[in-house]
Amino acid sequence: MSSSQHDLDALVAQKYRHGFVTDIESDTVPPGLDEDVIRLISRKKGEPQFMLDWRLKAYRHWLTMREPDWAHVKIARIDYQAISYYSAPKKKDGPKSLDEVDPKLLATYEKLGVPLHERARLAGVAVDAVFDSVSVATTFKEKLATAGVIFCPFSDAVRDHPALVERYLGSVVPYADNFFAALNSAVFSDGSFVYVPKGVRCPMELSTYFRINAANTGQFERTLIVADEGAHVSYLEGCTAPMRDENQLHAAVVELVAERDAQIKYSTVQNWYPGDENGVGGIYNFVTKRGECRGANARISWTQVETGSAITWKYPSCVLTGDNSVGEFYSVALANHYQQADTGTKMIHIGRNTRSTIVSKGISAGHGQNTYRGLVKILPSAEGARNYTQCDSLLMGDRCGAHTFPYMEIKHPTAVVEHEATTSRIADDQLFYCRSRGISEEDAVNMIVNGFCKAVFKELPMEFAVEAQNLLSVSLEGAVG
Amino acid sequence: MLSIRNLHARIGDRKILKGLTLEVRAGEVHAIMGPNGSGKSTLASVLAGRDGYEVTEGRVEYLGHDLLALEPEERARAGLFLAFQYPVEIPGVNNAYLLKAALNAVRRQRELPELDAFDFLALVRDKMKLMQMDESFLNRGVNEGFSGGEKKRNEILQMAVLEPRLALLDETDSGLDIDALRVVANGVNSLRGPERAIVMITHYQRLLDYIEPDFVHVLSDGRILKSGDSSLALELEKRGYDWVRQEALVA
Repeated sequence: MSSSQHDLDALVAQKYRHGFVTDIESDTVPPGLDEDVIRLISRKKGEPQFMLDWRLKAYRHWLTMREPDWAHVKIARIDYQAISYYSAPKKKDGPKSLDEVDPKLLATYEKLGVPLHERARLAGVAVDAVFDSVSVATTFKEKLATAGVIFCPFSDAVRDHPALVERYLGSVVPYADNFFAALNSAVFSDGSFVYVPKGVRCPMELSTYFRINAANTGQFERTLIVADEGAHVSYLEGCTAPMRDENQLHAAVVELVAERDAQIKYSTVQNWYPGDENGVGGIYNFVTKRGECRGANARISWTQVETGSAITWKYPSCVLTGDNSVGEFYSVALANHYQQADTGTKMIHIGRNTRSTIVSKGISAGHGQNTYRGLVKILPSAEGARNYTQCDSLLMGDRCGAHTFPYMEIKHPTAVVEHEATTSRIADDQLFYCRSRGISEEDAVNMIVNGFCKAVFKELPMEFAVEAQNLLSVSLEGAVG
Repeated sequence: MLSIRNLHARIGDRKILKGLTLEVRAGEVHAIMGPNGSGKSTLASVLAGRDGYEVTEGRVEYLGHDLLALEPEERARAGLFLAFQYPVEIPGVNNAYLLKAALNAVRRQRELPELDAFDFLALVRDKMKLMQMDESFLNRGVNEGFSGGEKKRNEILQMAVLEPRLALLDETDSGLDIDALRVVANGVNSLRGPERAIVMITHYQRLLDYIEPDFVHVLSDGRILKSGDSSLALELEKRGYDWVRQEALVA
């Protein structure tokens, strides 16, 4: 018994593979936050007045807010004046093409397995790469433009498509929404912008790869995806960061707007640095993600695989305004070592016959704490709404925890809401069964965990599903217990 | 092939095996019978390497290995196979996937090339016919939602695919109806051969109607009290176990 606990512990002692630092000269503003810093960020990006005004409004509102404390996480106080709010690799102007991108940056992304050279892309995935505070390269822009799809760094969108940005920015997540959304609205530096026009099916997967490199900086990116009537788009995001002993703050906002008959599929593989095995360092991943099915028959689907970060605190949500619209949330969250994850979703049913599905798989190992928190809200207008929630927890070892907080507010008598929850342990029996067939303990654990996550992985685009499985096995090495 | 000498084992403070000795040679089929609580399943678990059992005395030699020093997966790769009394369900893990991983682990050990998906499927389909199993089993989760009989067939299917040197069948007949029993017995019989040994652990004679053992042993209170040929099983069926115990006491 004790020997197997031992093996499991050894297995969990897996190393983070993206923890290197790129040595590149950066333009970083000194730590601290006040209106001058916000004006400086806005000026550096050459933003129009409406953008600066919005940032300042958000900042002034943020000053009146208090950090929320309801999440099931233990967190050291964050000193917001000790963070630098802008860091960019040094470069006179933004790169016009990949040939102008600093080779060190290209090498960084190669090392991360995200080749930016368009000719190297086999799968035909368009990539936007965000390094610290700015977007350094976006591939396949021209090809997408011929289909009418806009896919560009957020700063470019503010400059080139101000009307679209002004119309949609903050329309799903208002700047006053919550403490971290307000902070993000004030200081966000870059991110991706996607607009798919009426009736267009985006011809390829879009993806953004976020990388935090500089020390003592926060990353505050903003992503806005708009699928106009009848448009379809699938978007992937990946994230990594170097290993550092200090905690770094990542407070992003993602807004999705799906108009009538539009579909947005948003997939995340989050692998921010989780801290070491003693819980030192790691990213605080406090993110607001929300999509609105604004028109009838719209569909928004969130799929997330959360293996990184010291603390993950996020609830990708769907506001189902349009009649017959559909919201989906598929999640795998892993908390190993001293990681803490408080994640889930909100499904707000407003339109008639709206439907939502929630499938959450939480894995806890080491001293990890995993919390599912979800809200299903069915408003008086939502006649015939349906929700199905399935919430499963898997425990490995005896020092971790799994917690489930499902909230339901049902205001219409025709609603059908189902909730299923299970908590299980990787049973010694299952491990022994696999081993007695000649399969090593480590492979057996991976097999069992992947089986547990299958319902979520099958929602991921092909290339990502494989990556997610590998990531999970790396993050779990040594986690048997 | 398998040589068990004076084996003592316990779970916690409870002594279960108390000096068990057994010799199994290649080509032989042995049946171990005995009342509930006599140590039959403990013997299977100890041989396969399940956690939670402490061997306090004795040794087990298997094909020249000190069996008890090997990890469970090493034992399997060395050709030991345990058909479980209660096979576990592993939700979401594809039955074919597990079986292919297992087969290739064993083949690597034997220095054979790994099978690709096509060759593997051809092999498995063949064996499934023998077990009268529908191909849909391959794509279901391991034992997930299988009936008791389906689980047992699946065990023997795995055995047929892995072609072990030594197969331990732990109450494989329990929970089987007569038709399923016949199919399972067919599967086992097809594996009989001069290179292979089979040890069946069972309560009842009825399995032995289909798989005739070369030797029958009576296990009681952690030791083998009596050994004989297949006629011993028939006698046990008629007279129960008490007379064996009486005999042992007198001796």
